[in-house]
Amino acid sequence: MVGIVGYGGYIPRYRIKTEEIAAVWNEDGKRIAEGLLVKEKSVPGIDEDSTTMAVEAAKNALQVADIPSNKIGAVYFGSESHSYAVKSSAAIVAEAVGATPNVMCADLEFACKAGTAGMQICMGLVKSGMIEYGMAIGADAAQGRPNDALEYTAAAGGAAFIIGNKDTIADLNGTCTFTTDTPDFWRREGEEFPRHAGRFTGEPAYFKHTTGALNSLFEKMGTKPEDYDYFVPHQPNGKFPLKLAKDFGIPAEKVLPSLLVTEIGNTYSGASPLGLVSVLDKAKAGDRILMVSYGSGSGSDAFDITVTKNIESARKRAVPIRKYIDKKEYITYGVYAKFKRKIKGI
Amino acid sequence: MTGVSIIGVGMTEFGERWDKGLRDLMVEAGVKAIIDSGVDGPDIDAVYGGCMSAGRLTGQEHIGALIADQSGLNPIPATHVEAACASGGLALRQGVLSILSGEHDIVIAGGVEKMSDVDVSQVTTTLGGAAELEWESSLGATFPALYALIARRHMHEYGTTEEQMAAVAVKNHDNGSLNPYAQYQYKITLEQVMNSPPIAEPLKLYDCSPVTDGAAAVILARDDLAKRYTDKAIRILASSQASDTLSLHDRASLTELNATKVAAKHAFERAKLQPKDIDVAEVHDCFTIAEILAIEDLGFFKKGEGGKATEKGLTKRDGQVAINTSGGLKACGHPVGATGIKQAVEIAWQLRGEAGKRQVKGCKIGLAHNVGGSGATGIVHIMSR
Repeated sequence: MVGIVGYGGYIPRYRIKTEEIAAVWNEDGKRIAEGLLVKEKSVPGIDEDSTTMAVEAAKNALQVADIPSNKIGAVYFGSESHSYAVKSSAAIVAEAVGATPNVMCADLEFACKAGTAGMQICMGLVKSGMIEYGMAIGADAAQGRPNDALEYTAAAGGAAFIIGNKDTIADLNGTCTFTTDTPDFWRREGEEFPRHAGRFTGEPAYFKHTTGALNSLFEKMGTKPEDYDYFVPHQPNGKFPLKLAKDFGIPAEKVLPSLLVTEIGNTYSGASPLGLVSVLDKAKAGDRILMVSYGSGSGSDAFDITVTKNIESARKRAVPIRKYIDKKEYITYGVYAKFKRKIKGI
Repeated sequence: MTGVSIIGVGMTEFGERWDKGLRDLMVEAGVKAIIDSGVDGPDIDAVYGGCMSAGRLTGQEHIGALIADQSGLNPIPATHVEAACASGGLALRQGVLSILSGEHDIVIAGGVEKMSDVDVSQVTTTLGGAAELEWESSLGATFPALYALIARRHMHEYGTTEEQMAAVAVKNHDNGSLNPYAQYQYKITLEQVMNSPPIAEPLKLYDCSPVTDGAAAVILARDDLAKRYTDKAIRILASSQASDTLSLHDRASLTELNATKVAAKHAFERAKLQPKDIDVAEVHDCFTIAEILAIEDLGFFKKGEGGKATEKGLTKRDGQVAINTSGGLKACGHPVGATGIKQAVEIAWQLRGEAGKRQVKGCKIGLAHNVGGSGATGIVHIMSR
């Protein structure tokens, strides 16, 4: 069966605390941190962007897969902060990991869900026999306008998955997507920061689409929420995914292992993929994982995943995501502004 | 001279109605009111629609004709009425006047506002248009800021406390928790209000009414025709309106709304009633301090006593006078153009005995009080069974 044969994540080492950002804007940082359930967020270093983070994650995934890199027949890189508006970032990653030149590459964008869209494309290509292995990456160095609500959560990180059908460590049993034209969050060509429709990003956007995709998946697979051992939702903040879980009667302890947002913020295209990486770091053979991404504009991809017995041996080659989470260095808002190139005149 | 009665009422659920547009809301409320009244479309002579700012909030102007169009009421006359947050109350009054003038027999008066299509800062700016442009809004004074000035002065002159203002919000949420049409159908505690983040001190988040989508409508008929359609007509005993300066600084007092006082005086005179005769009232609590001003200016309590009266529970459903049983603007929500009509709908339900769990037992006389801006327009309607 088609499934994941390698996985890896990457999170930059720098962190800024919610209270540090709030203090700059004369806001109550404690209240904001409690409201969002985000105490700090990751910040890319001055020489990091979505592509460099994708390369790190891709290398880690290849190490787990333990396959020759030239067997990778496709690289799909999903992000909303691609390094170039025109020029393939996926090609840079493919070159960096040694998968070029006979490799299909494309940069994907669907707000925060382009990474899981890449997983679906790879599933199809592997299933059809067009490729032996495909790599799907979700990574972002998210943009948040200074003093916008997004500034508290817009973080950086990414994850990569190698999809194949031999020696899988987690089988992809099925996937469903729920898409509508819903303008909740967007960034036009040439604009530096995304804009959003405030509270409209909640019920009619995040909750409607994640719920729709999950219900479609349950119907397609003949499953119920309680059939799953882990739930990996898209996590723009800590509050939304926990409410979503509650709506489906999924207990918090099935969500918390994937809920990295509280410690690293919202990594956008990397968010649910990093959540899955975190679960694969600890899951055991037979565990069933329910995953749902969300991308503004809007759509959600839901996945039904079963961990196989190969997980134990493969995991020995993995770099645990916890290592990146715990290896951190706090920065001030001033340094953050420098790293994110928010200081005018540089 | 014959009077005017409300023979049918209807409203949408108030709240963030993401899936409903301006026209969906107005049609839903209008159709509900028509069904409730028993009139047929061709019986209706005219439409009066209150809406403050559909042009800026949704891009749609020409609201009067739109209502007639979308409701299938063409070719009867349709008029858009605007008086900021009192647009609904004024639409009701225009409907009443049109019948009293002898021009019409049966009219529909409605109000609508679709506010969630733009972000909150645009809503704040748009609502700021109800203040005086040159000396208030263009210099950055928002409505929370203007009402905060009023609150500060009220605290200074009468010793009103933040806890007393918070008690307004707690009471209105208690009422809203029993109203299936309310935006916030849950109770809150005094501590929650006191601990909510500051908006414009001393006003905190829970002192302020929310951004709301919604619509409401009533069918008005000449008294002698009302009996043909319903045996539960609500008579409008008085409809009055007064004006004041747009800017706060031009007023003699910051702690009273003279437009409310004048409108109330005229209404009580016309109805031959006194404040003590009112059993149930919907008053304009865009901010908690506004309810305190209202219950004083309407004469329910002495000036300066509104906060204490609220704290003592005198404005609860079983109090001296039941204030804002719908939840008020605070908990039922405040789709600005719809609010004045919603108040009349709530009073009609109360007087008919159809207010469900929030019913005030045995109420016979009700009052609706709608304010535009920081008090430049005051509208009062008194109604009875």
